[in-house]
Amino acid sequence: MARQLVFGAALIAALAVFPLFSPWSTVILTVALCEGLAALGIMVLLRAGQVSFGHGLFFSFSAYAVAFMAAAKVGHEALVLIPVGMAASGLLAAIVGLFVVRYRAIFFGMLNLAISMVFFSLLEKLFSITGGADGKRVPRPTFAGVEFGREQFELATFYVTLVLCILAALFVARYLLSPGGKALEAIKSNETRLEYLGVSPRKVLYGAYLLSGLLAGLGGAIIALVSGHVTPELAYWVRSGEFVFIAILGGIGGVAGPFLGALMFQIIRGYAAVYAPETWHAVLGVMLLVIIFFAPAGLYGIVAGKGGKAQREEGGR
Amino acid sequence: MSGVILEADDLHLRFGGVQAANGASLKVAANERIAIIGPNGAGKTTFINLCTGYLKPQSGRVVFNGQDVTRLSPRAITRLGVGRSFQIPQLFLDNTVIDNLLLALSAREGSWSPFTPMLRHPKAEEMWALLDLVGLKETGNRIVRELPEGMRKLIDIAVALALEPKLIFMDEPTSGVSSTEKFQVMDTLTRVLDARATTAVFVEHDMDVVARYANRVAVWAGGRIAHQGTPEEILNHPEVRETVIGVGV
Amino acid sequence: MPPEMLLLAALDGLAYGSLIFLVAVGLSLIFGVLGIVNVAHGSFYAIGAYVAAAGVLALGAAGLPTWLAFPTLLIAAALVGILVGGLVEIALLRRVYGKEEVLQLIVTFAVFMILEDAQKVVFGVQPYFANAPMNWLGTVEVFGIFYTTYQLILMPLVALAVLVGLRFFLRRTSFGRAIVAVTQDREAATAMGIDAARVYLITFIIGASLAALGGALASATTSLTPGIGAGTLVLSFAVAAIAGLGRIEGAAVAALLIGLGRSAAVYFAPEFDVLIPYLIMMVVLLVRPQGLFSTVQTRKV
Ligand SMILES: Nc1ncnc2c1ncn2[C@@H]1O[C@H](COP(=O)(O)OP(=O)(O)OP(=O)(O)O)[C@@H](O)[C@H]1O
Ligand SMILES: [Mg+2]
Repeated sequence: MARQLVFGAALIAALAVFPLFSPWSTVILTVALCEGLAALGIMVLLRAGQVSFGHGLFFSFSAYAVAFMAAAKVGHEALVLIPVGMAASGLLAAIVGLFVVRYRAIFFGMLNLAISMVFFSLLEKLFSITGGADGKRVPRPTFAGVEFGREQFELATFYVTLVLCILAALFVARYLLSPGGKALEAIKSNETRLEYLGVSPRKVLYGAYLLSGLLAGLGGAIIALVSGHVTPELAYWVRSGEFVFIAILGGIGGVAGPFLGALMFQIIRGYAAVYAPETWHAVLGVMLLVIIFFAPAGLYGIVAGKGGKAQREEGGR
Repeated sequence: MSGVILEADDLHLRFGGVQAANGASLKVAANERIAIIGPNGAGKTTFINLCTGYLKPQSGRVVFNGQDVTRLSPRAITRLGVGRSFQIPQLFLDNTVIDNLLLALSAREGSWSPFTPMLRHPKAEEMWALLDLVGLKETGNRIVRELPEGMRKLIDIAVALALEPKLIFMDEPTSGVSSTEKFQVMDTLTRVLDARATTAVFVEHDMDVVARYANRVAVWAGGRIAHQGTPEEILNHPEVRETVIGVGV
Repeated sequence: MPPEMLLLAALDGLAYGSLIFLVAVGLSLIFGVLGIVNVAHGSFYAIGAYVAAAGVLALGAAGLPTWLAFPTLLIAAALVGILVGGLVEIALLRRVYGKEEVLQLIVTFAVFMILEDAQKVVFGVQPYFANAPMNWLGTVEVFGIFYTTYQLILMPLVALAVLVGLRFFLRRTSFGRAIVAVTQDREAATAMGIDAARVYLITFIIGASLAALGGALASATTSLTPGIGAGTLVLSFAVAAIAGLGRIEGAAVAALLIGLGRSAAVYFAPEFDVLIPYLIMMVVLLVRPQGLFSTVQTRKV
């Protein structure tokens, strides 16, 4: 536990000072944190042995919610847009969850995929509303009432994001150690016994699904603000697959895992853009296989220096 | 005998070509210790599955404490106060023993705050005490998967007991336990059940255990009760001796 | 809608259902034996289509007679099944049998990501169109509507042949019986001396070849663009799910239903073409929530 705390603190400190020395990294790091949030949501579901190939839905839904509100000048303020965008995705997860928590394994994965792809098609086809494949511009809002220049805005957003990520990670770590988190793991190991404890596996999974939708929604809302632009690609299955990739790459043993994975993902993306621009998803696929077969606990498992299993018990960072 | 706590009435269930319950009926009075005996495939486990909602009968009904529970889920029946252990232990294999018990405790107490770690449950001590009672305190922090079958069976029962049921079904509680320890295990269990005034129905293949710990015996055959009575009557019944116990008269 | 349109939609649905049947029955067979839902299954369809189209185009370029295209389609399907399918089974799937389901899903998902990009590298992103075999067979007239013989007769015939052939193979041949035995009880089958590893490999190859055959047949009727794999996977999963595990005849019926549903929907709202597989699957799962490999058995406890 102590080692994990030290490691978490070091990671946060490194993240906090990095943009001060290399301003070019601010946006990239913010994007990484946003994807880390979505991957954190995937990790929560993976604890229950479920994988969603469709969390781009919640990522894109809040991003578009933010884009619409910003364009309509409703709540033209970052600190309002972020929570509202997140809440919108939470609401969507609350509705979709009613349906998907009844399914497991491939059914769960495919349903999530299907719903996100329906949304993706709508974003593309309803051109007059959504701007079609070109997407929508997100005008830069005020930040705490102040009209920032681009760089200050990016820096401020980065720090807010970092704080939100820390809060989210701490909350998830706590949740995973709580009886609800243990019940979630029980869905993976033995639903029959869970039923015979008088607990509804569906309700447990529903809570986790809601949480994962909120986390992806938070990431999506912020990414809309920092990139200043939203496109249907945010909802495409490839994007959802990237979240799964990040969660596995980082490792699901601790809440720092998805963020580590997201940082590594940005590095891979950077190199791939140079060396393998056409085949970069294939590169991801190969890496995914390598991790699964050779380092199943992910980066977090390697850094935390523990086997996958033991640390899983700890839950926290 | 005090009042009837559970009544199963004329349960029928067919799996493909097998009539696993064929008019199964049983009345259980409070504080009884009923042993169910019978050959493999007689439908003993199926009967427990029907009474606890895991399987739904094609006809017949189950009443617990005056309430019809025939169509309820295992979850709902558990909440009403019916506990159950399994022939093959059903545990959270990748968790520690104490985690298994604490989850049962949390379920019983409805403690679902996401901010309180389960290990710090205010009544956690109670679960350690329960583990101690069944003689497994040292295994508390071990991962269940690493433990032998016999221990898992006991943990499975302890998890059911952690819910403080009014009635518990135990499916072959001593089957993984070595013959030298059977009596010791049953002594302990009986003590716990007595202390909590818990009624018990258990499936058992060992007739010594039946003779010593049951106050009523139901002989299962072909998905229903063939005979019932006191252990003395049943274990000396010539037909039962031949078909179930495998000893001629 | 005029009646001719309705008829046209129905014929389209029949042709499309035949294709989806081929893919779905492969998916279902693999699931039945290996216990794995192969997320990369749609890629076999896509690769089969590309390889077949490339073969047919090469024939044309070499000035060879067009009828040779038909054996080419079959050979392309078998090649893809044996080479790509065999490689995937031997190199990857073998290592995850009996492991957590979520792990198996992620492994086949990784294969999917790799194969999707591999197609783009090998075949480029320009549309492929190799309709020579379809034109060669000409058209037939049905109630005043001209329809291609290829789609109206050949494709359903191939599907029917696969249906009958598979039934015969699984029930009458010793290897087919071995597959069925492994599906029903792996341990007992192994104890009886059946080489489970070989059964897995060959089943996977057969399943992959069927998907590739679907793609090869489709290649003559439509232009191929990247991304056809994902939609096909979803549709074939929906079919396998409605039909139930290992239900070959069921898959045929389900494929027909979905083919008809899809073509009707395409006629009504052509702009939502890509959306339809997903909607169909959602509706299917909504209606049959029990987990659709229909023989839902309560786990023995
Ligand atoms: N879920 C099921 N699906 C199909 N058949 C089942 C199922 N559960 C039980 N059976 C069949 O029903 C019959 C009764 O089984 P059951 O497990 O109730 O017997 P039992 O008396 O508990 O036997 P044992 O002493 O071996 O545990 C058996 O023939 C069994 O094969
Ligand atoms: Mg039994």
